[in-house]
Amino acid sequence: MSTTTSHALPSGARPAPRSSILVATSAVAAAGTMLMFGMLAMWLKFRDGSPLRAAARGKMIHDWLPADIKIPEVATNTMAITMVIACVMAQWAVYSTRRNDSSHATLALAITSVIGIAAINAQVAVYLQMEMGLADGAYQTMFYAITGTMLALLVTGVAFSIITMFRAVAGRLGDSSVMSAHALYWYFLTAVFVALWFVVYVQK
Amino acid sequence: MSTVNSTATAGHASTSSALGTVANWITTTDHKKIGRLFVGAGVLWMLVIVGVGVALGIERIASDSAIFNSNSVTQLFEMLRTGATFGVLLPLALGFGIAVVPTQVGSKSLSFARLAMFGFYAWLIASGLVIGSILANGGPGGGDPQMVDLYLLGVGVGLVGVIAASVSLVTTVLTSRRTGLSMLEIPMFSWSVFVAATSLVLTLPVLLGSLIYVAVDHHYARLVFGGNEGINTWLGWGFSQPQTFLYVIPAIGLLAELAPIAARIRQPLRGAMLIGVGIVSTAMFGTVTQTSHVFVWGGTLSDKLKSAIPYAWFNLLPVLGVIIVILLSLLAIQKGKTRLIAPLVPTFLGVGMIITGMVGNAVQRIDAAGLAGRVFEEAVVTYIAYGAMLCAWGAIAYFGPALWGRKIADSVVIIIGLAGFFATILAALPYYFAEDQPAGVVGNFQYAGPQTAFNVVVSGGHILMGVCLLSAIAVSIKSLRSGEAASATIWSDQ
Repeated sequence: MSTTTSHALPSGARPAPRSSILVATSAVAAAGTMLMFGMLAMWLKFRDGSPLRAAARGKMIHDWLPADIKIPEVATNTMAITMVIACVMAQWAVYSTRRNDSSHATLALAITSVIGIAAINAQVAVYLQMEMGLADGAYQTMFYAITGTMLALLVTGVAFSIITMFRAVAGRLGDSSVMSAHALYWYFLTAVFVALWFVVYVQK
Repeated sequence: MSTVNSTATAGHASTSSALGTVANWITTTDHKKIGRLFVGAGVLWMLVIVGVGVALGIERIASDSAIFNSNSVTQLFEMLRTGATFGVLLPLALGFGIAVVPTQVGSKSLSFARLAMFGFYAWLIASGLVIGSILANGGPGGGDPQMVDLYLLGVGVGLVGVIAASVSLVTTVLTSRRTGLSMLEIPMFSWSVFVAATSLVLTLPVLLGSLIYVAVDHHYARLVFGGNEGINTWLGWGFSQPQTFLYVIPAIGLLAELAPIAARIRQPLRGAMLIGVGIVSTAMFGTVTQTSHVFVWGGTLSDKLKSAIPYAWFNLLPVLGVIIVILLSLLAIQKGKTRLIAPLVPTFLGVGMIITGMVGNAVQRIDAAGLAGRVFEEAVVTYIAYGAMLCAWGAIAYFGPALWGRKIADSVVIIIGLAGFFATILAALPYYFAEDQPAGVVGNFQYAGPQTAFNVVVSGGHILMGVCLLSAIAVSIKSLRSGEAASATIWSDQ
């Protein structure tokens, strides 16, 4: 018996973790990035195609943003910072899950959800403060289309956070790839929002 | 009385069984069933497309008389264009992929099967919306604004569905392969489906983004994107070349899969074959520019290069990929102890038709050829769409035994394949020579060539394709119900 044991082959390596949810989320993030960057590209195309007009100090600028529209910069800048914080919270959830710390993971996910809702609230506040009609002009139509799409992606991010939080509350922390996928989705949301923020709200 | 009761009970049981079967199909997460639902619905779309092709062909025979009014003609052309890509090519590519890929990579199931099923339902509902809206004077150029909105909604929902199903396929190939099976070792068909699905995940969201802009503008303002007339300007690239090349990549992969099986050898230069299939996906870069790249030979050397490089990149490089696949398939057939397997016939002929369309597209994009706005472009689409249908017939004959356990007779597969090949030639080739006939119209044109003969032959081709399609459906149903049972090792005896 002992001879048999000594000649037995070692057991094979454990199969690689599948991480289906992480891979699928990566694919969705890639698709979402193409969606938003495609929309930003069209935004830039139309902005560059708008006629030139003289601005302050004689500088010639594209007549894209109507002169009577003011972008609430405090709200939009706060949104950008808030999104970055959401990434930190989502990564905290991953860290806590790997340490099997259910309470911290739940807290991190709850904060991520609240931050996401705050970002949605800020976007609605931006709409209200800008007081422009969707059919008032080319800028207005495209502004609502691109920020509305971003808003829809944010809603899915909040839903993802809430579902993941319920999993954490239920103690389902064994598969950390769900948390990693959740964090990846928020990284994606933040990346595309920062791009949108720079093009639409900063460069105008 | 007891007889009546027992009959009633039997009837009730039968009804319950039928309802159970229906419920099982509409809520299934079995990848074979989801794939077959996609393929079945795609085949129904094929019937619509062939019917529209016949109607337009007949309308064109006498250019000075009209059956349809001019608005209806525009709608029919849109139905043909949208249907050939969105209704036929995409569901066929996804359907065969979903049905077959998990089995080929050694997975028991599809990753996120419910996501794929959601994709099917989204696409199916979208199909209904698109057909309904076009029939009700919607679609690009449509006269009813609400129906145009409905068309845009339908295309948007369908795109979401296709992207969802593609994500499921990509995830399956990347994460659900059996242990030890590397990406370079997966069957060529699965590789081609993976390449196609990845390309769709990366390109269709861009189309969706454009569609969101166009839909919002059309519904609320009609200030920016040209209203109903501007739809094709902004979204047309998603339904034309080179984007359509992405939709037929699995057809090319099927040839790469079947050739070494027929030759009974391992594919020579398999790595090059993988690259060949991958090169076709360079067509996805057409998404970046969303325009046709025409080759203009004029100006300075710099001007010529500026024209030639994007032209070659978008129009010639995908053709190179298909040529590599065809040459390597022929190499396998030449080197091995080849025997004829029935599914290879329609597949080989289908890929031949596809590359004829791709080469035609490259010729059409040469400015000096003067083919812009001519029926030549319709012939290109016909070659690609009908070529893909021939490959789909090859796929049904080859994969069918694995999906429903029964074979289709070899002679029938070959006869329908050959008839479909001739139908494609008849429906497309005349328009390669009728270069003076304008595209998108059915009357008030006159040119030096035998225009009536050309249009009669094209109509005959569409009718023959319709007959082939109905025959293929009938044969498939017969195989399902009473075909010869397939052996346990289904693919080993082919």
